[in-house]
This record gives sequence, C-alpha cells and structure tokens, in this order.
Amino acid sequence: MTGLRLPEADAGVLARREEIIAALRAIVPGEGVIAQEREMRPYESDALTAYKQLPLVVVLPSTTEQVAQVLRYCHENTIRVVPRGAGTSLSGGALPLADAVLLGMGKFNRVLDIDFPNRCAVVQPGVTNLGITKAVEHENFYYAPDPSSQIACTIGGNVGENSGGVHCLKYGLTTNNVLGVEMVLITGEIVRLGGKHLDAGGLELLSVIIGSEGLLGVVTEVTVRLLKKPDMARAVLVGFPTSEDAGECVARTIAAGIIPAAIEMMDRDAIAAAEAFVNVGYPLDVEALLIVELDGPEAECAHLLEEVSAIARVCNAATLRVSTSEDERLGFWAGRKAAFPAVGRISPDYLCMDGTIPRKALPLVLARMRELSETHGLKCANVFHAGDGNLHPLILYDANKGEMDAAEAFGADILRLCVEVGGVLTGEHGVGIEKRDLMPVMFDEVDLAHQQRLKCAFDAEGLLNPGKVFPTLHRCAELGRMHVSGGQVPFPDLPRF
Amino acid sequence: MTDVLKVADEAGLVAAVRAALEAGKTLDVTGRGSKRGLGRPSQTDWTLDLSGLSGVTLYEPEELILSAKAGTPIAEIEALLQARGQMLAFEPLDYGPLLGTADAAGTLGGVIACNLAGPRRISHGAARDHALGARAVSGRAEAFKSGGRVVKNVTGYDLPRLFAGSYGTLAVLSEFTLKVLPRPPMAETVVLPGVAPEVAGRAMSAAMGSSCEVSGAAYLPAPVAARIPELNVDVPAVALRLEGFEPSVRARRAMLISVLMPFGAVEVAEDAASAAIWSAIRDVRPFAGTGERAVWRLSTAPSAGPALAAELAETLGAEAYCDWAGGLVWLLLPGEASQAEAVRAALAPHGGHATLVRASAAERAAVPVFQPQEAGLAALTRRVKASFDPRGVLNPGRMYAGM
Repeated sequence: MTGLRLPEADAGVLARREEIIAALRAIVPGEGVIAQEREMRPYESDALTAYKQLPLVVVLPSTTEQVAQVLRYCHENTIRVVPRGAGTSLSGGALPLADAVLLGMGKFNRVLDIDFPNRCAVVQPGVTNLGITKAVEHENFYYAPDPSSQIACTIGGNVGENSGGVHCLKYGLTTNNVLGVEMVLITGEIVRLGGKHLDAGGLELLSVIIGSEGLLGVVTEVTVRLLKKPDMARAVLVGFPTSEDAGECVARTIAAGIIPAAIEMMDRDAIAAAEAFVNVGYPLDVEALLIVELDGPEAECAHLLEEVSAIARVCNAATLRVSTSEDERLGFWAGRKAAFPAVGRISPDYLCMDGTIPRKALPLVLARMRELSETHGLKCANVFHAGDGNLHPLILYDANKGEMDAAEAFGADILRLCVEVGGVLTGEHGVGIEKRDLMPVMFDEVDLAHQQRLKCAFDAEGLLNPGKVFPTLHRCAELGRMHVSGGQVPFPDLPRF
Repeated sequence: MTDVLKVADEAGLVAAVRAALEAGKTLDVTGRGSKRGLGRPSQTDWTLDLSGLSGVTLYEPEELILSAKAGTPIAEIEALLQARGQMLAFEPLDYGPLLGTADAAGTLGGVIACNLAGPRRISHGAARDHALGARAVSGRAEAFKSGGRVVKNVTGYDLPRLFAGSYGTLAVLSEFTLKVLPRPPMAETVVLPGVAPEVAGRAMSAAMGSSCEVSGAAYLPAPVAARIPELNVDVPAVALRLEGFEPSVRARRAMLISVLMPFGAVEVAEDAASAAIWSAIRDVRPFAGTGERAVWRLSTAPSAGPALAAELAETLGAEAYCDWAGGLVWLLLPGEASQAEAVRAALAPHGGHATLVRASAAERAAVPVFQPQEAGLAALTRRVKASFDPRGVLNPGRMYAGM
C-alpha cells in the first residue's frame, strides 16, 4: 500500500476476535459468518484493487433484524463496521479494516414489490441495478440510472455512492430515482424514510443518505422509481478535428434546448484503443468523437437527429453517421462501452479517474492533461460524459515497473485541475479512500466540519466505515464544541427598523 | 416589536447569527416574508431579513447552471431564464394566491427552504432535485459551502439537497446554485372530462405508465374544475400536459388519446389556455380567496390520491383535488378547524404525510403542522438539527415543537 493512512487498528478489538465471531454467530447462524482467512480473501478489496486488507470477520445477514442485532452488538462493544454491496466501488468505499466487521448485504437479493400503477418497486439492497430492470421490463419499464457496472453492482451500493451512468443528464442520478429507504443506524435502530409518495416529508435526510458512502447507516430496503422505456433510441456518431469543435457542438446542442439521452466523448487515444479492440468503424483520424443519443417517440428522434446533425456540421464535423438500425446504434456504443477493457488491453494497469468540470473548460483541461502526462511520464486516454461534464481520464501504468505512485500523483493532479477550473473531485465514483486526502482541495476545515457533524448525528462514535471520505478523523465531542462569549453584545453594524 | 436585522452580504449574515448567539436570542429567518404563514407560528426574538442579499451571481445557460443570492426574487430569476429559453424545471408554486399575500413575491431562498415544486414534479423532480451547491451560515455563526457548480457531483454529503425543505432550521442560505433546463417550445393539455375518482386514478396511471412523457397530471372534481375556466368543463376532469418540440408533442398527443380511449373522449387545450390551467393547479388558485378556511397538502402514493380526495371531501364536507398524478392532494376544509386527526387518519392506510399549509396561527400552534414522526426518526431529526444549530437559534419551532 502506498501513502494512504487508515485508522489504526484497535488492539483490544483484535484480541477479542474469537469472542466477537462467537457473538456474531449467535446472531447470524451457519454460513453467514466467515472467519477463515482463505474464505475472507474475496472480500479483501473492492474494484479499487490496488488496496487490499483482510477484515476482522465477514458477516452476511439475511434479515433487517439480523442487521439491527449485528450493528447493536458492534455499537455496544465499540467495534467498527464496513458495509459492502457487490464490491464494485472504484474509490475504495468498501475497503475492509483489520479491526472491522465487514457487513456484506449480498443475501438481501429479493424484489419485494413491483407496483406499476405507482411506477415504483420495493427491492432489497442486494438486488443488482440491472436486476431491477430485468424484473420490470416485461411491462416495458426500467430503472434509469445505469452505471457501467450495472450487471454486478447492487442498488444498495448505488444508494451508498449515488451512482450515475451515461444517461444522467436527462434521467438523473440515483438520488433523483429513489423514493424511500429502510435503514439501520449503528445503534440498531430501524428508520424508514419516504415510500411510494414523491416527497419523504420532514427533513430531507434521504438526500444525505444517498451518496453517504456507508458512513451514516446500512440500507436494508429501497423504493425506486420506474420509468416507461422510450419508444426508441437513435444515435449519431460524429468525429471532430479538435476537442474544441466537439465541445462547441455539445454547448450549441444544449443551447438549442436539446437534452439528449446521452452525450459521450472520446479522445484520440481512447478512440484508437476502442477501435483496435472491438472494430466498430470509429474514425481514427479525428481528435474527438461524440456519440449523441436521442430517445423518445419516433417523430422526436427524427426531428432532433436532424437538429443535432446540423449543429455538428456547423461545428466542423469531419465524419457523421446517424444510426439507421438498432444494431448500428449498439455498434456505436460497443466501442465506448469497451473503452475501459480496451485500455486494459494496451496497458498492464490503468487508473480510472472521475472528476467533473464545467464543459467549457474541456479544451483547457485536455491541454493541461497532456502537459501533466509528460511531467509524470505516463499516457492517459480520455472518455467523457460530455453532457454533464463528467471526465474519466484513464491513466496507463505498470505496477510491476513501480509506476503506481506516479499514476496516483498524476491522478491527483488531474483532480486538482478539475477543482481549479470550477469543477469537483468526483462526479459519480465517490470519494472513498481514493480521493479522501484531496477533500481539502475543495472544502476548507469549516466546510468539512459541517459535514462531519452530520455524520456525528447518525454515528456519534464514528464506527461506520471510518477512514473513508474524510481526511481527518475528529471526535464528535471535539467537533461539537462551540465558543460563544457570554456577554450581551449588541449588533452595531446592522441597520434595524 | 421584534428587532429586524437586515443583512447585505455573507459577512453581515455571519455577524447577525453571531450577535444572536452571543445575546442568547433566536432568529426568524425570512426573505420577503411571502411564506411567513407556513409552518408552526414562530416566537422568535429577532427577525433576520435576507431581502438585501439579492442578485444572480452566475448564469451560464450552456452549462445549465444558475447561482443567486438567497434573497433574490424568484420572479427575477424566472424572467432571466425565460429570456434565454430556459426555466426552473421544478416549476415552483407561488403560495401568494392561497396565503393571501402578494403574487410572485417569494425569493430563491424561500423556494429552496420550502422545497416548492409544481405539476412538473412528476417528470422533473422537486426543487431539491435541481440543487447543486450552497453557501450558508449555520447556527454556529460559521459560513460554509457544500456541493458545487456542476450538474454532476458526489463529493461529500449532499447538503444542498438537505437544506431543501428544511424551512431555514439548519442553516441560513446565503447563495444557492441550481440546475436549470431548456424551456419546452410547446405545451398543450389533454382534458378527459366526466370521470369518477376511481376511473380518474386509473386513467392517470395509464397515461403515466405510457411513453407519452406526461409532465402534468391532475384530477379536478367538478366544483374545482369549474373554477378553472380554461378547462371549459363543469364536470370532474383529468388534465394531462404534454411538453416538448412540436413534432414530439403532436406524436404524443395522438398516442395519449389512444391510451385514454377506454376512459372516454378528450378535448385539447393549447398554448395560453394550457398555461393558465397549470398555473392555476400549481398555485392552488381554486382555493384562493377562501379566507382562513384550513388547507392541507397531502403527499401519498399516486394511485391512492383520487379516492382519498373523494373520501375526504365526502366525510369532512371539504373540497379536494389532485396534482402529481394523484400523489399530491390539496384539501380545503369547510371551516377554520384543521381536523388534523381526521385528515391524518384517512391518509394513514395509504402512507405519506399531511401538512397544514393554511390555518390561523392559533390552529397551527395547536396541532402538528408537519406529519408527526416515529420516535427514532424524530430523535435523528433533532440530532441533525443540533449538528448545524446546537443552540436552536434558527427558526426554532418552525417545523416541530422544541426543535
């Protein structure tokens, strides 16, 4: 492991391991508690595989009551807990700790209720993202957020990370598509927020639980919105001589009042890697490639494809293909969807970054990234959710040649650059451990203290997923202190009437 | 006579909250006062007036973002957006007509603090779904920021969304950043007249469950429908809105008419008539000018709405109509008494919450204005409040007694 600090393991907890395992077995019988090293190996990392750590013990409850008992026990005995869905986090959100119980939610895999009249479904958190769509597609409904890992990632993990996907600009992130949750606090209390109605009522706690990266509670049930599938989707594939032209095309499309279902951009290196891998006919002599997808009634798709094509031509499009069949549309996407494995084929290792920038800053950011690429001596290919400014630079490196530190330094420089141009550290992958120490680039101490106090309101002892998101662990008592001078100070500088 | 602290910038805001902390005083946080009648009646020492904290600070139509100071009139923001063919897609309602205050008088801060959303809630989400970033001053008299100025961001807790609907009880917003969207060039309304509540529920479900992309769905019983002249009916009616580019709206109109075929023949209201229908539904105009008769807002499972509205009208001698495809019920009681227990008992089997939006101060002090919470959630809510405002300086008691 490189320079990343994780909370120091509690020797007292490590010493009580056998006792803790026995107590957990009393709550979750049989194979629901995994304590053998060999069997815990699959849980030692998530999709940020550069970091590995065996947990104290793995527990796989199958009922909300078991989750409540496990958390209550851990709370009463001051034992840390790391929740985990499918382990597809790219930011290390589910990385175990040596002295923490790893709480796997994989057994919560049932769809509980499909309610078409109310256009929602109630599912357990271990149901996969795609599994929700599979359960409702016979009636032509679907669940909109579509992170690239949707075949494997679970809705519980999506809630934890506020996952996005390529269709976010039009259909929103997880937070815009979840109506309610049942969750268990670290104390073992079960709390329900929202339901089949549109607004939860009371304080909007659902909005902070979504995207809280497992630091506030453990979600045991999720009510999601279902959408009717659009009649059709069509796409246009446009090559541009410069990234500026491609960026201008996106800006003008949106200025024309068009919100496409998806707008994806790839740079020359990403195009080359993808085309070499899947051979779908991407133009290789362009600097930037756009895939613009329109969905809706046939008449709308036809109308908007003409509009977008006209805009693209004005923006110096070098090549332009409109999909004429579903196969052709899927072909356009095949290259984009294969971009990560395609890069994996040309490089032993790669690091996938996830910043968001104002779209207008794209040419500047790409130029600066080329300079950074030279400084760090590593190549970088770019795929970009161009509609919402979410950039995924793929940094190519070889861990066996000792390049991991350089890759991480390059990645950190890219994220600093994103913040510098008015963007943010993470658009959809989460902070986790990966971007934790960069949080001060975006937030000052006062900003972070307000977030951490919210954490204290849910988990006063800091037992849930410690070491993630926040660069410094503060004790809640210390954060809560407030100094107010006791005197009756008047208010001289403000007008009164 | 309470003291009014009028602030002009964020430093003044910090100073004002600090002064209240140091003097041990509480603050009534207000913009232009248009929504003062919402929530529990406040008994605060001082008023914190944000109307001087005004102005759009950033508007980039091509990035789909707008930032403005909290006291900026919402009408100013909407006019600015309209000039560039954009809009606040959540279509914030104006409580002026219902509360008997001036029309279009609210501020951005008030719209966010109350998480206001209109008919387009069903397709585009609430105010909070468009919240991107916030600058605010907590009850600790500290200025802080959260979120960002881009439309996709998961860095840290989503505090801007938490502030939406917090009625100023957590922090005083100083500046807020929103996602804005293109205004659809065309809108029209398909009206299905003469439907009983149960049929209306099924018709709205069928429309919402189709690929017609309905962006407004309301059920209006006869007396309510009659007060919206542009509907041109004196019988109960379902109204369904279609918006978008012309070829798309035309295609979806044909599709929607065929989806509604089993429920009856329809009429179509276009352009200005369509706009007037949704403005009336959004701003609860059918219940305007009814003095201090109690008005409730019920949020429930959409399929339950029409029957629940009919049941409440029948049992309480009330009037009711549904927006949000049935998920929002506006209820006008026959008198000033809120009948809170009866209203909430009728709602309970369907899930959701009931908020008393208009009643005398005495009535709003006597019954829970917001849906009472289960003990665990109530305790969590109080801890969250205390994490931002440990001394209870900001709008104490506005949402819940003692918080």
